[in-house]
Amino acid sequence: MRILDSIRFRLATLFKHKQMRAEMEEELRTHIQHRADDLERSGLSRGQAERRAHIEFGGREKYKEECHEAAGGNFFGILLQDVHFGLRVLRKSPGFAGAAVLTLALAIGANAVVFGVLNAVILRPLDVPDAQSLFAFETGDTEVGYQSYPDYLDFRARNRSFEDLATFGMSQVVLDTGKDPSQVWSYEASGNYFDVLGIQPYLGRFFHASDERGPNSAPYVVLTYAYWHSHFQDDRDVVGRVVQVNKHPFTVIGVAPPAFVGTILFFSADCFVPIVNHNQLDGDSALNQRGNRWTFEPFGHLKQGVSQAQALADLSSIGSYLEAAYPKEDGRKSFTLIRPGFPNFLGRPVRAFVAGLMLLAGLILLAACANLGGMFAARAADRSREVALRLALGSSRKRILRQLLTEAMLISVAGGTAGLLISVMLLRRLSVWQPFPDLAIHVPASPDAKVYFVALALAFVSGFLIGIVPVHQVLQANPYEIVKAGSTAMPGRRTTVRDVLLVVQIAICAVLVTSSMVAVRGLARSLNSNFGFEPRKAMLAGVDLKMAGYTGDNVTAMEKRMVDAMETIPGVEQAGLVNNPPLVMGGGWTSSVFRDETSDLKPANVASSIFQYNISPGYFRAAGTALLAGRTFTLHDDKNAPRVAVVNQEFARRIFSSDRTALGKYFKAADGGRFQVVGIVEDGKNFNFTESQQPAMFLPIPETEPLNSAWLVVRSSRDPQELAAAMRNKLHELDAGLSCEIETWTRGMDFALFPSRMATLSLGVMGLIGAMLSSTGIFGMAAYSVSKRLKELGIRVALGAQRMEVLRAALGRAVKLLAVGSAAGLVLGILATRVLAYIVYQATPRDPLVLGGVVLAMLLLGLVAAWIPAQRALSVNPVKLLREE
Amino acid sequence: MNGQAQLLPSTLGLLILRAVSLGPLHGYGILLRIGQISDNALLIEQGGRYPGLFRLVRQGLLKASWGTSENNRRAKFYELTAAGRKRLREETASWNRLAVAVASALSAQPEEI
Repeated sequence: MRILDSIRFRLATLFKHKQMRAEMEEELRTHIQHRADDLERSGLSRGQAERRAHIEFGGREKYKEECHEAAGGNFFGILLQDVHFGLRVLRKSPGFAGAAVLTLALAIGANAVVFGVLNAVILRPLDVPDAQSLFAFETGDTEVGYQSYPDYLDFRARNRSFEDLATFGMSQVVLDTGKDPSQVWSYEASGNYFDVLGIQPYLGRFFHASDERGPNSAPYVVLTYAYWHSHFQDDRDVVGRVVQVNKHPFTVIGVAPPAFVGTILFFSADCFVPIVNHNQLDGDSALNQRGNRWTFEPFGHLKQGVSQAQALADLSSIGSYLEAAYPKEDGRKSFTLIRPGFPNFLGRPVRAFVAGLMLLAGLILLAACANLGGMFAARAADRSREVALRLALGSSRKRILRQLLTEAMLISVAGGTAGLLISVMLLRRLSVWQPFPDLAIHVPASPDAKVYFVALALAFVSGFLIGIVPVHQVLQANPYEIVKAGSTAMPGRRTTVRDVLLVVQIAICAVLVTSSMVAVRGLARSLNSNFGFEPRKAMLAGVDLKMAGYTGDNVTAMEKRMVDAMETIPGVEQAGLVNNPPLVMGGGWTSSVFRDETSDLKPANVASSIFQYNISPGYFRAAGTALLAGRTFTLHDDKNAPRVAVVNQEFARRIFSSDRTALGKYFKAADGGRFQVVGIVEDGKNFNFTESQQPAMFLPIPETEPLNSAWLVVRSSRDPQELAAAMRNKLHELDAGLSCEIETWTRGMDFALFPSRMATLSLGVMGLIGAMLSSTGIFGMAAYSVSKRLKELGIRVALGAQRMEVLRAALGRAVKLLAVGSAAGLVLGILATRVLAYIVYQATPRDPLVLGGVVLAMLLLGLVAAWIPAQRALSVNPVKLLREE
Repeated sequence: MNGQAQLLPSTLGLLILRAVSLGPLHGYGILLRIGQISDNALLIEQGGRYPGLFRLVRQGLLKASWGTSENNRRAKFYELTAAGRKRLREETASWNRLAVAVASALSAQPEEI
């Protein structure tokens, strides 16, 4: 309250400023007149009396200022004066001002962008009312927290901690609006989904729990705003229209608000359909299968007064109940509560990375402040004459410091504003950016008030940091000495604040350069590492047979025809089929296996959860996966033959504890079937590039359930575009109604590469900014030291100094500081890259190329930055210089 | 300092309050009144009193209004507000306590300690 009052008072005085000044003036004048009256009465002439009165009064201007300040009227007045003066000073050195503003704009911009992302992914994961009490739960047995629908119903009915629990599953459906049927991403949501979230429709209505009246009872679809906007051109009459979803009639009942794209961050849906219609949409009976975990982490608001620990205890008791009641399907579960929208397997690395990035951005700002602080200190030294003169004329040190601080603030506010504008632009672009056209992935990072606030706060803090660097200098200044000595006072040999700042700054920049190089190298290496298959010269075609109307044995027959057709294309070496190629679209399926000696096949006894690939005999050759021992499949490995599997080395190590003795041994699948290992293949990547070695098994397609959708893998040295066209033609010949997606395997891996790419891109940008900052820092320092010592250099040249000697004298210090800073930064950077290993594949700093690269980069930066000052030092003309002084 | 004591800033405020408590005064009048009530024992630079005056106004202890002086000049007159009166009482009391304490400390004889 006091602060508010004080501000109001100061603002009020700002507007009454002129009147106050006039009154004060008049009052002081009256005082002197009164005194003169008295003196006149004591016998002096009027003139003498007035003179005496003036003298007795003392320093009138000084008291006037003090009065003004005492009356509280000076704050804004002085501020205005300082701003005027500061602007004038800065206008006189536009180069300095421009460089400073640009530096801060970059640094603050980088911080605002990173904070925007941090804000979006960590601070406000879901933009719904009352998000604070909204929690989802994950279970320990499946890392992602998938639940089966019957289990979800039990959790919903039995818990006493949540007001209500909602769930959803994601699926791809074909939405036919009458024009062109297209694949869209849908959330199959429980009826209470929107009510639990507490959001209101933009148009029409949402579906509710009351709409759920048994299987397939709610043929309704809610569109997202974006989908409605792009596919229905904002047509408000869309509500009530009937569209075909997977060839079933569904009624459009509403449009979700613009900001709502579903409850998984990064993954925006196109529409929402009731989960009770799952059977219609996917053709299976997953709603009744307790062992089929496919719905996503259930979420809801915790009841008032229920703590997280209580909720967890509640969930655990339901978990124990489920384990006892359904031992075949439900194993022991441990629970964790998370913020909905960000499953831990995704959230943890992303959060760690964004936090790391925020740290780097903070370092950039610190480096920028060190940079500008140094420049300000140098300027303050240059202006020591002006400062001395003002001190001698009776200005207070406080006032001079205030003025310098105002100047720093002007720079930082300008820089902060520019940085904020840049970051807002970038964040807006980022939030509408869709890295993958066929996947509804997006980065939710639209800027909000918090971002603006942080950017401006950072601007003020950095302005303050910059401004206080020269304080010591001004407080120590002795006006008489400075005026006597002139401005050419020798730069001290001792280490100054400026030197320390420069070293700090260069060290920080070297950290940034190191980490960005480590990231780039890691990415390059991850693109060339061994995946367990050879993505180059391999083409993928995703085919959805179910949507084209194939069922049962027809699927198997059609699959064989497709593979055969591919092999008739000239130039194709081999074609194969796989349910889901590794590293494509989030990798393969996982399933559980048991050791052969296990008889009770309950979840608790699972030997390992492994990636399962269903393949055709030609797959290994088509994928380029090396067979290390045994055999691959033949066409005779079908339903009538004994069940066989090919496993990778890791599988053999985990289940049979040795990859050499595994051949010929048996293991059990979840359905109880025994499989004999007939071949062993090399290890590879399945889900992403940074994963550790994972076990995988390969089963022959005829032996397993028919695949609804499958991928053809075609190996050929032909030009990818030609090949794709040829493949498309062949598939079309087989069945004109078949929809297929054809791309190279390398392209298909974009999704898995995305995190590394983003990490490399952002670290690269940070490194670049770091490099720019260090070069401006070195430039500033070198240019300043050359300009200070121009006279000395001139004398040296006049006395016959060689070019090398002049250079050493002029730049030796800068080079030394650069070396110290770079070395420190390199060491710190190497320590910091441990953090990077989370995201970037094989991020190791113990890489001669990285170390050499950093050293070279810093050297180059130093060279470039010192080039102009060095030229200036070398071109010193002693005669001209000495004449000038 | 030929019998005149230098003033601490806060004491000046107290003196001003005291001077004004006897009736509304303009700036020069306050100077004269302080001289009068302190037998000219205190030295104040004439202009040096004004910042103090303005501070007291801002703190709400004094209020000011324009009027005409005995010399027929337009002048700003100061008088105590209720808060000013209260402050004066408190400050006077605490000043007296301090003065008594200091005086007794200074007059203490060695054997009394």
